[in-house]
Amino acid sequence: MNAQGSPTRPLVGFAALLLVLGIVALDALQAEPVDPFAVPPPVALGSGQAPSGAHCSGG
Amino acid sequence: MMARRLALFAAGLALVAATFSWAGPRAAFLVAIGLGFGLVLEGLRFGFAGPWRRIVTERDARGLVAQLLAIGATAAIALPLLAAAPGELAGAHAPVGVGMILGAFIFGMAMQVVLGCGSGTLVNAGSGNLVGLVALVGFIAGSFAGTLHLGFWTGLGTLPVITFQGMLGDHGGLVLTLAALGLVGYAAIRHAAPGKRLPPLRLWVAAGLIAALAVLNLIVAGQPWGIVYGLGLWGAKIAEIGVADLAATAYWTSPANAERLSASILTDTTSLTNIGLIVGAFLAMRWRRLPDAPPAALTLPSWAFVLIAGLVLGYTARMAFGCNVGAFFSGISTGSLHGWVWFAAAFGGSLLGLRLRGLVLVPLATTTARGAA
Repeated sequence: MNAQGSPTRPLVGFAALLLVLGIVALDALQAEPVDPFAVPPPVALGSGQAPSGAHCSGG
Repeated sequence: MMARRLALFAAGLALVAATFSWAGPRAAFLVAIGLGFGLVLEGLRFGFAGPWRRIVTERDARGLVAQLLAIGATAAIALPLLAAAPGELAGAHAPVGVGMILGAFIFGMAMQVVLGCGSGTLVNAGSGNLVGLVALVGFIAGSFAGTLHLGFWTGLGTLPVITFQGMLGDHGGLVLTLAALGLVGYAAIRHAAPGKRLPPLRLWVAAGLIAALAVLNLIVAGQPWGIVYGLGLWGAKIAEIGVADLAATAYWTSPANAERLSASILTDTTSLTNIGLIVGAFLAMRWRRLPDAPPAALTLPSWAFVLIAGLVLGYTARMAFGCNVGAFFSGISTGSLHGWVWFAAAFGGSLLGLRLRGLVLVPLATTTARGAA
């Protein structure tokens, strides 16, 4: 905390990282694990595969 | 200081390496691209909500012109790439509709209340702004809630998807996109006060780096930079741990979304760049010799307003087929008409939000002073 009673930026930033880590950890407990032999090619361009379609602009 | 910076550099590399070992090379590339976005946005102070405020309140066009430069540079490469590899790359193309326009308008209003758009909320949270962190929690919940009602909003009236390249051909679409960006930039510069017209070198560099990262995102992921899809997915996964049965919802039973829901977050493009972006903003904040002062503490009702504004940001970004990144930046730079309509509607909402901000965000010191007076 600083003199005005607000938490410092490093403290809040660290809390944001913990939030992300918590979400990833929770997901790891319930989602299908990633199959290392079925991961997509490193780069979509030139892969011959269509994009997933999971994007903000999709319905 | 040097030891801390080496540790920060090592932390960034460790994140990329861990992602590689867990989810493969594409995931590692995308986290690295997200780190780049976070480092540039926070390190070079490139934003979206702030420049929209300053063009209105201070007649300062520099930030907005930098945004247009970044979008134009991205379009100049992205549109030819989309034309060359239509089976492998997709643009951020969505339909214009009643719900989409309403969503963009309200999003623009809410983003001025919390001074953070889609990317801005992630950057603010990662760089230690408590307003950003509280808004992020609301954003995650709101973008998930938006997925549950998207069918209702699109049912209010929606045009077919319209792209500039669809209307005028690949070459004509690019020319029209760049001409329209130039026209908006010219209008902004004409409106600006002397000395506040052209971006400083810092913003030129930032615009170039953001464009390079956006093009890399398209090449690696096969789709443009986005934010809100990943946050909605995070909300859906949290809801599933609770009581939600998403098997009964239209959005989460569509094949692409159902696949993302059952698979690891580390296989989702926008989740990966979002994670990288938050961490990149944190690293940029810690890189500085002295971090910025934290924002002023707010009254309890103001914190509630921030949470609600975050919720509204997420919900309306889903209604509008994207936020300032997925719709404005990526929509326009890949030729979608909805990106331009989003820009107009959100800018209108932003004008209203500027008036609301002072009313709903009350610093604690102000109320204390009032009480003492």
